[in-house]
Amino acid sequence: MAVTLKTVVLDSEKCIGCITCMRRCPTEAIRIENGKAKILYDKCINCGECVRSCKGGAKRPVYDSFDLVASYKYKIALPSPSLFGQFNNLDDPNYVIEGLLALGFDEVFEVGLAAELVTDCTKKLMENKDLARPVISTACPAVAELILLKFHELADHMLPVYAPAKIAAKLAKKQALEKGVPADDIGIFFISPCPAKVYSLHKEEVSETKYISGVLSQSDIYFRLVDKMNKIKNPRKLGKCGYSGIGWGSSGGESNSLGLGNYIHCSGTRNILELLKEMSDGKLDGGADFVEMNMCPGGCVGGVLNVENPFIARNKMRQLADKMKIPPATMAEYGLDESFFIWDKVPEPSTSFQLDKNRFVAMQKLMKVEEYLKKLPGIDCGACGAPTCRCHAEDVVMNGGTLDCVKLEERK
Amino acid sequence: MGECIRLEYDVDGTNFSSAGNASESVKRTLKQMGVDAASVRRVAIAMYEGEINMVIHAHGGKAVAEIYPDRIEICLQDSGPGIADIDLAMKAGYSTATENIRSLGFGAGMGLPNMKKYSDEMRIESTVGVGTTVFLRINF
Repeated sequence: MAVTLKTVVLDSEKCIGCITCMRRCPTEAIRIENGKAKILYDKCINCGECVRSCKGGAKRPVYDSFDLVASYKYKIALPSPSLFGQFNNLDDPNYVIEGLLALGFDEVFEVGLAAELVTDCTKKLMENKDLARPVISTACPAVAELILLKFHELADHMLPVYAPAKIAAKLAKKQALEKGVPADDIGIFFISPCPAKVYSLHKEEVSETKYISGVLSQSDIYFRLVDKMNKIKNPRKLGKCGYSGIGWGSSGGESNSLGLGNYIHCSGTRNILELLKEMSDGKLDGGADFVEMNMCPGGCVGGVLNVENPFIARNKMRQLADKMKIPPATMAEYGLDESFFIWDKVPEPSTSFQLDKNRFVAMQKLMKVEEYLKKLPGIDCGACGAPTCRCHAEDVVMNGGTLDCVKLEERK
Repeated sequence: MGECIRLEYDVDGTNFSSAGNASESVKRTLKQMGVDAASVRRVAIAMYEGEINMVIHAHGGKAVAEIYPDRIEICLQDSGPGIADIDLAMKAGYSTATENIRSLGFGAGMGLPNMKKYSDEMRIESTVGVGTTVFLRINF
């Protein structure tokens, strides 16, 4: 089912057609057309890098409205670990939980708790030596999309388990149903730090059982939440997530929780592209057991739907984690086994970068690309509206027209 | 032999981090052609090992890739010291790399064996003092 979910849209009034976002896009999914930035959604991984880099605020992230929450009778909030790093002087995570309840939610299920369960499941799966090493974490949906889009050769290294937010939704729904809440009354809302999670949680609903009712933005609920939190005096001990789960909010938290010695954690788009390139050349075969990658700098705290600076948030989370003495949750405690976590189906690699479905036709097109490349200056200036000369050559081959290059004009 | 996409690269012998650039560019072309992931990975590893060899032993060289609908033929040519005993060089674990190179994590003696393992055909022509040419064919 072809459903285009747009998690970032352009405010044309604000876009001045500068090439900053196009340059920074890790998948070459932006072009400048008629002086405005255009996203090629079939190549977009929803990482939010264009939102982060846009100087004029022309790139607008899309997420569900808080008003949607009121349309359900039994409302469950799923706060991500990174949310807990957004507040000043927070010395107890229960203020956030009480704050969410005061906002009108009937129940709060911490995604950090689900993350601890994912850790427990991953540990079990890692015992299986057949899993291709290094195992690549799939918790960051932008990284997972990037592999499926541009690094097919690494797809068999992907850890085949759902990300913590999805597990939290699944488990919260299961528990609510067991309590006797009618299915139609249950509204489950993830509070997201990034557009990639908005996308992935919505996308999964296209084909599978519905767990998520909406995805809210951390920045959108921030002020209403702070307002409620400020009125709370003595919060109850409601939180079940411990130091391990909250650690998932920053880069390294996931791999740290696995207790493996031989792992790599990496964050930021450029760093990830470089690391994936090395892995694709086989440089890490036998060189590491586990690779955790987070597209945002510093991990989920770096997501563009956060309020606080990622590195300040990270420090706050570390201080908070020191006070969260609860040991990591286990699958056994919740009566679960690996089957609850493992993908129902393996995601299909994307063919968006293929020049044609027919290999012979694709080859002809690539020969034309090489011919154009010999003419183009190779300086990747971006003036034509494509991020590189190569992209421009490919665009002309795919969409028709002629080379449009200021340097070529100069030479004439 | 039919039409092919011919890609040529100079492999910079002074820079470890640039080894892999030719492999990177070839991978892009293969993926855009719709070549299967397993074949892309075999090409990537074989070609990367070849590039690294040229950097470690021969101060760089030239890489030429010819891509056909059903296969890739790679020719790696250098003017390095040459290989005195090719059979010995093909043995897993045998290496003439210096301690300095080994300390960087290279020179484990797996370069040529890996290139053989991941390709469908491999030929080496080498003359001591003149240089080495490695020919690789990988079927998709």
